[in-house]
Amino acid sequence: MRATTGAVLGAILTIGVCAAGQQKYLPAEVEAGGRLYTANCTGCHGPEGDGVGGINFSQGKFRRAATDDDLLRIIARGIPGTPMAPSGMSESQIGQIVGYLRSMTSAGDVTSANGDAGRGKSIVEGKGQCLTCHTVGLNGLHAGPPLTDIGAQRRVVDLMRSLTDPGAEVRAENRTVRVVMKDGKTLNGRFLNQDTFTLQMIDATDKLMSLDKSQIRESTLLQTSPMPSFKDKLSAQELADVVTYLASLKGRS
Amino acid sequence: MKRRVFFALFIALFATFVTALRAQVLFERLLRAADEPQNWLTYSGTAMSQRYSSLSEVTQANVRNLELKWIYQVQSLEKFEATPLVVDGVMYTVAAPNDVIALDAATGRVFWTYSYAPSTLARLCCGRVNRGLAILGHTVFMGTIDGHLIALDAKSGGLVWNVAVGGARPDTGYGFTMAPLVVKDKVIIGSVGGEFGVRGFLVAVDAKTGKEAWRFNTVPGPGEKGHETWAGDSWKNGGGPLWVTGSYDPLLNLTYWGIGNPGPDWNGDKRPGDNLYTESVVALDADTGALKWHFQFSPHDEFDYDSVQVPVLADITFGGRPRKAMLWANRNGYWYVLDRVTGEFLLGKPFVKTNWTSGLDAKGRPQNVKSPTPEGTLIYPGNQGGTNWYSPSFSPRTGLFYIPSWMDTYSTYIKRPVDYVEGQRFTGAGPIMSVRMLQPGPLVNRRLPEEGYGAIQAFDPKTGERRWAFNMSDMTESGVLTTASDLVFAGGRDGYFFALDAKTGTLLWKTSVGGAVSAGPMTYAVGGKQHVAISAGNALLVYGLR
Repeated sequence: MRATTGAVLGAILTIGVCAAGQQKYLPAEVEAGGRLYTANCTGCHGPEGDGVGGINFSQGKFRRAATDDDLLRIIARGIPGTPMAPSGMSESQIGQIVGYLRSMTSAGDVTSANGDAGRGKSIVEGKGQCLTCHTVGLNGLHAGPPLTDIGAQRRVVDLMRSLTDPGAEVRAENRTVRVVMKDGKTLNGRFLNQDTFTLQMIDATDKLMSLDKSQIRESTLLQTSPMPSFKDKLSAQELADVVTYLASLKGRS
Repeated sequence: MKRRVFFALFIALFATFVTALRAQVLFERLLRAADEPQNWLTYSGTAMSQRYSSLSEVTQANVRNLELKWIYQVQSLEKFEATPLVVDGVMYTVAAPNDVIALDAATGRVFWTYSYAPSTLARLCCGRVNRGLAILGHTVFMGTIDGHLIALDAKSGGLVWNVAVGGARPDTGYGFTMAPLVVKDKVIIGSVGGEFGVRGFLVAVDAKTGKEAWRFNTVPGPGEKGHETWAGDSWKNGGGPLWVTGSYDPLLNLTYWGIGNPGPDWNGDKRPGDNLYTESVVALDADTGALKWHFQFSPHDEFDYDSVQVPVLADITFGGRPRKAMLWANRNGYWYVLDRVTGEFLLGKPFVKTNWTSGLDAKGRPQNVKSPTPEGTLIYPGNQGGTNWYSPSFSPRTGLFYIPSWMDTYSTYIKRPVDYVEGQRFTGAGPIMSVRMLQPGPLVNRRLPEEGYGAIQAFDPKTGERRWAFNMSDMTESGVLTTASDLVFAGGRDGYFFALDAKTGTLLWKTSVGGAVSAGPMTYAVGGKQHVAISAGNALLVYGLR
């Protein structure tokens, strides 16, 4: 009994410390932190934050950190004797990552779609027609973002949202550009790059193009996604199968 | 007969002596650098820092015939920010962090290199970079990222002296990234470290020995004028760094320098007051370092709007009378015309979108200045500013002032408490930028106009009017060069180098340099042929007419 009281008290204290050691983060900070996390942290920690034993960011499980300050310190300095190296990032960038880590617990309760990856693969390659715009390995086309390592990039909740509401978040690197040339020809494709004088894209036939802006009458970056929603096209089970398959795609290594 | 031989010998010796003198870069030559436009003897071309050249072989008509004459690839993956010097056919530049290279200016072949391994304790906020060299006599001078000043034999690259500048401990954030400025027999340089709570300084050393001659503390201590603008002990970690070369007016014997942010950058709670001489230009007696006047652009700055820009000195007509003016494009998004004799404010106007102040009063002081907050404050321009260390240019022919600009950028500034810990960042949270300072990964630009864009803008200091703007899809970290053929040379982060009509901004020539331009262009002549040089990516590219 006494032991139980102690454990409960300890838990309350721990929660208290956590709450006291946590700051509020702005949506913009969390978003910036998410980009940094994807670029710098998923390699070891994974998109769900469960890639390293004993740690699960989505469940708020940390081995050595209780407060935001602990996290800031660890990300800044690394942990000697472990693969966790000093990040070399600025104070504000690290703060943004901490903001994102804190956001993962509220958004990322669903870390598994509980589907069948094999069935998901069949849907992706078959009735879903996903490979007419996406690639998995060397299969498919490139008008949409590659899926080869999408499971190492995005969380289950993100994948499900992209399938059911593709326009909810279109990342800068996945935008569609519509170009009208001076000769009247219209081109559509995934926007790859641009500079002062040229624009690069890849169209639905997989053709890489670099266009001279002096030959372009107008170009528009679309705010919407060209991908259809699969909310009513696939059943809940089929969606879970697809997400499970996508989450298993971690790249070719 | 004997006498004739002796006389001939004397003539020969005298000729050798004169040639030797000519080969030396005496200070007189630095003062009259504009008279020998085939050379580029200081960071900004002349002591007036106009980055203007009277060379005119390349014209508006033939500029389209420029072609790559040679390329030199540095053995460094750091950002290449140096402007080379050219002295009588020899080019000197720096591969970051601190390797000096002497090249044949006609062919790009290497005469010598000097390698310096900076201390691993050096810590820099924003890259292990170097912006160039200074020369005097037979000696070239370089500041290092670990707080040393080094003198090298210009003919061999041999070390003449290497001094650890007093008080510039690299492990506490001090170091040098600017090209030094030579005035008379002294070499002047200032220290970085504004994100590490340093107390900034500018130091002049004897060019022969490296011995310190004078020092100006950019954050005044007890007993020094301006100390009253700091509360309590806040001055001890007050910042005030420098990283861009100043200017010199020989008639006034004043040297002008722009000074950076107060520390901590984004939280001014513990440093109430104007925090002099951060965010100011100071005019110092070149012999003693004594302060003659100052003008503070951004009192009590909390947006990291470092006033670390090149002071461009220009003799112009303003308000109907001739003025010894100073033109200043500030990171805070305003450009200024000051009287460089007195520091009087003559004009100040925004050159990019701004909202951090409602405007300047009659003395140039910003009114109703906003502040970062724990919840975040959206501020234009963003943290990298309307411009930054990139060299502007003034053409005495067009009378226009050319500013490399970051248009329409913004940041959300967040303030958090911070305590000083030696050697650690001392900033008080920071900004979330609409435009990333450095492009991560491969150089792919997905910049959208609403996220900001780059431009070269031309302004008339007489009227304050904007004459033209040349817009780029990405930002620019390029300096601007103007020439007597009314050409403007500049580049951008998206990897082009180009020439514009200085009067209209019309594009006349462009070339893809395959990497971001983060340096100022310069021009020189060798073998009677005009060349234009630009550092881009990790290479130095030199162009001449076909």
